[in-house]
Amino acid sequence: MAGLQTRKKQRLVVVSLAVTTLVGASLLVLLALGGDSLSLFLQPSDIKDRQVETGQHFRLGGLVETGSFSRLDDGLTYRFAVTDCLATQPVEFTGLLPDLFREGQGVVTEGELNSSGVFIASTVLAKHDENYRPPGTMPKAEGQCSHPNDQAAAASYTGG
Amino acid sequence: MHRFANPAQFNRLADVILPWAIGAMVLLFGAGLYYAFWASPPDYQQGESVRVMYIHVPAAWLAMFTYMVTAAASFTALVWRHPLALLAGKAAAPAGAVFTALALLTGMLWGKPMWGTFWVWDGRLTSVLVLFFLYLGYMALWQAIDDEEKAGRAASILALVGVVNIPIIKFSVDWWSTLHQPASVIRLDGPTIDGSMLTPLLLMAGAYQAYFVVVFLWRMKLEINRRKLSVARQAMMHAPVGAE
Repeated sequence: MAGLQTRKKQRLVVVSLAVTTLVGASLLVLLALGGDSLSLFLQPSDIKDRQVETGQHFRLGGLVETGSFSRLDDGLTYRFAVTDCLATQPVEFTGLLPDLFREGQGVVTEGELNSSGVFIASTVLAKHDENYRPPGTMPKAEGQCSHPNDQAAAASYTGG
Repeated sequence: MHRFANPAQFNRLADVILPWAIGAMVLLFGAGLYYAFWASPPDYQQGESVRVMYIHVPAAWLAMFTYMVTAAASFTALVWRHPLALLAGKAAAPAGAVFTALALLTGMLWGKPMWGTFWVWDGRLTSVLVLFFLYLGYMALWQAIDDEEKAGRAASILALVGVVNIPIIKFSVDWWSTLHQPASVIRLDGPTIDGSMLTPLLLMAGAYQAYFVVVFLWRMKLEINRRKLSVARQAMMHAPVGAE
């Protein structure tokens, strides 16, 4: 009986250690190596930091800057600016915009920079935020800038 | 602990809990669905589409909860070799797979009109798809190996390895940029969801939870009886001729 108890205790230690090590190691690897490559999109301030080249295909995400939305003369092309509060990137898109596309709300666009530094998007997806509320009520935090590396924006965000 | 490890005791306990769980499930689904579809306001951005959330979010919560139940059962089974723990994981997993599939499907149906796409390979969507595959893998391992003891052990190891995916699902929206929105309910600075929408959400979460208890206990009883039957059948087969 004593032998059985020690075997159980041994198994407890071994299995616990194995699971903790595995989970800990995997998470550390993901956080250390995967941070950027696992992200879906770049934000406007990343474009300069990463030295993204003209013609390089990538996804750009952020808030549609309030007051930046316009339709070009051809009637089919939309022009707006995507911002992460640190930098702003002009975007042009020809096509249908999703229902949730609005100024002050998030978008994720896919495309490339042209020679004059405008992001020519082939896809525009609307990014819904974490606010759910009935029409006509005050949001907890709307259209606030947030950037993963921007502590100031993060502080004002949680303070909202 | 050891009291519930006895199949007969477990069956008796399950029979006591089941009627209450079924009652709670019916009441909570009734109230939850009434609030979700009639007695709650549309959203200021999404309009009526917000009602998908009352099906989608509790499904996703229960998908993760059920995985933790499966993993805890697997841990107990590997360390203490309780046959009931092995059966608990086997009983929980299919419910978890269904919750995960429901979360994925409702998410896609909501995503098309709201985001503009059914699917993107962002951190949240991909990790939940991995969760679905983990459930399928767990169930497949039970089926693939004839010896139940060995099958259960292999499946349990897979379940424990997959535990790493749970924090990844939860924090994917914080660690990486995703199309999926960040958490609205379980967050440090309190819910960002209006009270009139939180009520149906929590009622539905309670309903799903009660549904899980019902299905889990039923499947446990089924597995216990199935095992009793196979033991009895083997005893009959090995009984000497004329011993009846």
